[in-house]
Amino acid sequence: MLATVVTSVGLVLGLSNSGAQAGGTLRIAMTAADVPTTTGMPNNGYEGMRFLGYPIFEGLILWDLSSADKLADIRPGLAESWSQNKSDPTKWTFNLRKGVKFHDGSDFNADAAIWNLERFYNTKSPQFEAQGSAITRARNPNVKTWRKVDDYTLEITTDRPLSYFPHLLVYMLYASPTQFTKVGGTWAAYAKAPAGTGPFKLTDFKSRISVTLERFDGYWDQSRVAKVDKMILYPMPEATTRLAALRSGQVDWIEVPPPDAIPSLKAAGYDIVTNSYPHAWPWVMNIKKADSPFRDKRVRVAANYCVDRDGMVQLLNGVAEPSVGFFKKKNPLFGNPKEAYTFDPEKAKALLKQAGYGPDKPVKAKIMISTSGSGQMLPLPMNEFLQQTLAKCGFEIQFEVVEWGTMLVAFRNDPSGPPALGSDAVNISLVTSDISQMARWFWSGNAAPKGSNWGNWKNEEWDRLLGEIQTSTDPATIRKKVSRLNEIVVDEAPWLWIVHDLNPRAMSKKVKGFVSAQSWFQDFTQVRME
Amino acid sequence: MWLFVLRRILYAVPILLGVSVIVFGLVQLSPGDVVDILIPPEAPKEVADALRARFGLDKPVYMQYLIWLGHLLQGDLGISIFTSQPVMGELSSALWNTFKLAIPAALLGMTLGVTLGTLAAFFHGSWLDKLFSATAITGVSLPHYWVGIVLVSLFAVIWNVLPAQGMGPEGFPSTWEQIKHLVLPVVTLSLIPMGVISRLVRASVLEIITREFVATLHAKGLFNRRVLLHVMKNAAPAVLALMGLQFGYLLGGSVLVETVFNWPGSGNLMILAIFRRDVPVLSGTILVLAGIFVVINIVVDVLQALLDPRMRR
Repeated sequence: MLATVVTSVGLVLGLSNSGAQAGGTLRIAMTAADVPTTTGMPNNGYEGMRFLGYPIFEGLILWDLSSADKLADIRPGLAESWSQNKSDPTKWTFNLRKGVKFHDGSDFNADAAIWNLERFYNTKSPQFEAQGSAITRARNPNVKTWRKVDDYTLEITTDRPLSYFPHLLVYMLYASPTQFTKVGGTWAAYAKAPAGTGPFKLTDFKSRISVTLERFDGYWDQSRVAKVDKMILYPMPEATTRLAALRSGQVDWIEVPPPDAIPSLKAAGYDIVTNSYPHAWPWVMNIKKADSPFRDKRVRVAANYCVDRDGMVQLLNGVAEPSVGFFKKKNPLFGNPKEAYTFDPEKAKALLKQAGYGPDKPVKAKIMISTSGSGQMLPLPMNEFLQQTLAKCGFEIQFEVVEWGTMLVAFRNDPSGPPALGSDAVNISLVTSDISQMARWFWSGNAAPKGSNWGNWKNEEWDRLLGEIQTSTDPATIRKKVSRLNEIVVDEAPWLWIVHDLNPRAMSKKVKGFVSAQSWFQDFTQVRME
Repeated sequence: MWLFVLRRILYAVPILLGVSVIVFGLVQLSPGDVVDILIPPEAPKEVADALRARFGLDKPVYMQYLIWLGHLLQGDLGISIFTSQPVMGELSSALWNTFKLAIPAALLGMTLGVTLGTLAAFFHGSWLDKLFSATAITGVSLPHYWVGIVLVSLFAVIWNVLPAQGMGPEGFPSTWEQIKHLVLPVVTLSLIPMGVISRLVRASVLEIITREFVATLHAKGLFNRRVLLHVMKNAAPAVLALMGLQFGYLLGGSVLVETVFNWPGSGNLMILAIFRRDVPVLSGTILVLAGIFVVINIVVDVLQALLDPRMRR
């Protein structure tokens, strides 16, 4: 009786902790074909990071996913603060958060952080994880050395000054050294019982079937303790299967419903959540291949004036927005490029005429497209639509249709080599979140096969500005120069700017509290089930 | 008889070796290697090299093959390059999932096929024959994945009486919760064996009932039931061979049905391994499936030989 009264009073006064308020199970169908790896550096691209990365593991720096109204930026994570050394800008000091526990109960501190850095960067360390290291180091290639200053202070040195280094550190997640030892010191065993510091802990893993995450009540940020008891994630690559699973009540939330099913889902009472996020669906043009028509800037610009972006958005039932640059037009970093792309076939034809093309000599190009893949939206109908509109301006487009794995191989190799299959462009969706991503796709020092500038586009002003941005410490100067970088890529058109995805998700009315952040990643802690 | 069985088993050895060589060779034909899919190009060369060395991808293809073969002879199918888990574990769970579908689908398809085909033959030319023949042709002609989607739409989405996807709780399917996850994929998967077997049984029975020995059996006054037994015994060898093939196909996993119903079986595992260029998983899966196929064929050969002694020669 006394206990009941105390409990009731507690509830009335709102005294219960956030864990006790929680409840319910959230079931999500992902688009991945398999459960992403669970060692703390998931595969399956950013969808892997979204579901098996950030909910379980954390980095020194994290994404701020609390708002739907602005592009997600970074915030303190396992490091409360950080600073760049003024006399030696390659040195960064991180003040680690105290009182953070891994799911196994051990402490996060400088020793744990260094153990993880060794895991990624020291091939001779006993905890070296080949696959996780490869993914992490590809995203963080500039880490050179590290040093424990004291139990809660860490120093990392980069191989050169890099103003946007914090934006790269969000992709380095920290696993528990204690748990690694406890499971026998292998990553295969660790994958079955991992421990991070995130708001969810993994409690059940069934390969290719599902993974169950449970709320971590000991999470260091009490305002972000998860509201649901459990989150079950199902790999479900087939869109119609996800749709049927939602409509039959087997799951509460599906990623990327088929666009043509959206009106019927809305009519049936499901919520369709969309929001702008830093995604681009372009054609990356091949500048290296000797006979590629896209070596000529006029052809690239002409193609950009021959994309019916509004028609494409209509084709997709409104789950995309037109793209006319790396950053979105409403982003202050968009700048003021000379070219303002609209669907203007006459202008495109005039440019092609200048470049020596005409009705008797169409621009012939072969584009590599995939049947599906991470962030690829609906590649087949979308490309067919482009083929038809570009034909109106004098482009004769052929497709090299491949599966996603073959496209990744092509994109990670020489554009004039055999894996490219003679393609003049590749249609691949890419991340456009910040300057670090921009450097990845456009810096000539990152040209394929060494890096991800697949087309081997090079612009001296662009490269020089990037160098200045990397060494600058003044945010206003950095912003101004990043804007200029966007202006150059719009005017020089190394990509065919087509659309940005709006990241549609469909969920049942039982799902409440989800804030669709403008990011590839999402915060599941505030979601509750009614 | 034992010599016959032994000979069949010995034939299987070069077949499986040939399969393993072809699988290894075909994977090498596709551009790039698994490391290209696994990691972005910015990864340092030393890390990419470490990954290649870990899975033996730094060695010549023939060496990779011989090493794999050596491990295979010790019962080790290797480690998945993508998940770092033993292939044997992944494959056995995938095969078990496929067995859960294939065995009931084979039983349903074969029972219906034999029944419909026999009835169609005995009532040759009647409306029953036309109805059963149309059913068989429909079963063969309708695309699997389309039937699956229609069944899901009706039974899962509209009437909400059966689940749309997945396997439900793990373990041997004994509870209703487990069995109801089987219904739609099993029905979908059984359509082709039902149609194919029904067509063959009808044709075989029709051909046999016109033979002189059947007329003799009738003339001797045998009941229809006894005559049917003789007819079926004569039709059995060809039908058994087809059943063996169909069962083999079902065990190979129907990629499309497994995709529509999100069923984590062997077909699903194989397609994933192809897309990821996960050579250990792909080689192991195909070899084990080929082995199962060979065993089924041996069983069929033995059954045929038991039914018809002429086949032992």
